[in-house]
Amino acid sequence: MFSIWDYVISFLVGGFICFLAQILVIRTKITTARILVLFLIIGMILEVFNIYAPFKEFAKAGASVPIIGFGANLARGAIMAAKEDGIIGIFTGGLTASAGGIAMAIFASFIFALIFSSKTKRGGH
Amino acid sequence: MDKNRRNINYNLYVESKVPKTRAWPSLIKAFILGGTICAIGQGFFDMYTYFFPNLSESEVTTCMLMTIIFITCLLTGIGVYDVIGAWGGAGSVIPITGFSNSISSPAIEFKKEGIIYGICVKMFTIAGPVIVCGVVGSIICGFIGYFL
Repeated sequence: MFSIWDYVISFLVGGFICFLAQILVIRTKITTARILVLFLIIGMILEVFNIYAPFKEFAKAGASVPIIGFGANLARGAIMAAKEDGIIGIFTGGLTASAGGIAMAIFASFIFALIFSSKTKRGGH
Repeated sequence: MDKNRRNINYNLYVESKVPKTRAWPSLIKAFILGGTICAIGQGFFDMYTYFFPNLSESEVTTCMLMTIIFITCLLTGIGVYDVIGAWGGAGSVIPITGFSNSISSPAIEFKKEGIIYGICVKMFTIAGPVIVCGVVGSIICGFIGYFL
């Protein structure tokens, strides 16, 4: 069940996606919010054309950890719910499928913001 | 004509003064950091598959993402993720850790402006567009899936 190949392919594919993003950053000085949105939309397009599922089968966590996986998850949730529940599913499906990640990000950020104070003044990002 | 030449000279001068981003080292760093985060994700995925065999693959993936998001928020809180991000560039942005950091980092930074107007409002300065585009896009995808 634990195969070293899964880790190698995750590393290579995940690394390659970040490599492409870094090329974009160097060429166009794109901001963090724009680059996140861009890759989110790429993930949705992959899911709509049914490319994401075989890609994830091949790349394992290399496909699901990058923000592409988050976009594909939103799109897949909406499409599945639309087929099962009809019109209402179109609106509920996306957020239902990705609720775990969004809720954890907001909850953990809120708690840690209460606990910690910023130490360094950062530029960029 | 004179003005044109001056502009060209000025542009050349600016180009010589702007610090060069050395491309290859930063590309390799982004590759290594992004790849490492994905490999760690695969580690959590295998761990949860082993300990909770009843969960489906998508539930295990959600648990794995939530774990990574939690760890990233903690690392942002203690100031470690800034150092990682400065080293790895896009390698720290593209994985789900970048989304998580984009929420927790302004939340912590603007804490001094209060809980409501500091933490709760500023939390979504970067993640807001991502969530808006995600929701709008998913609804469009839902319509596509419904009518096809």
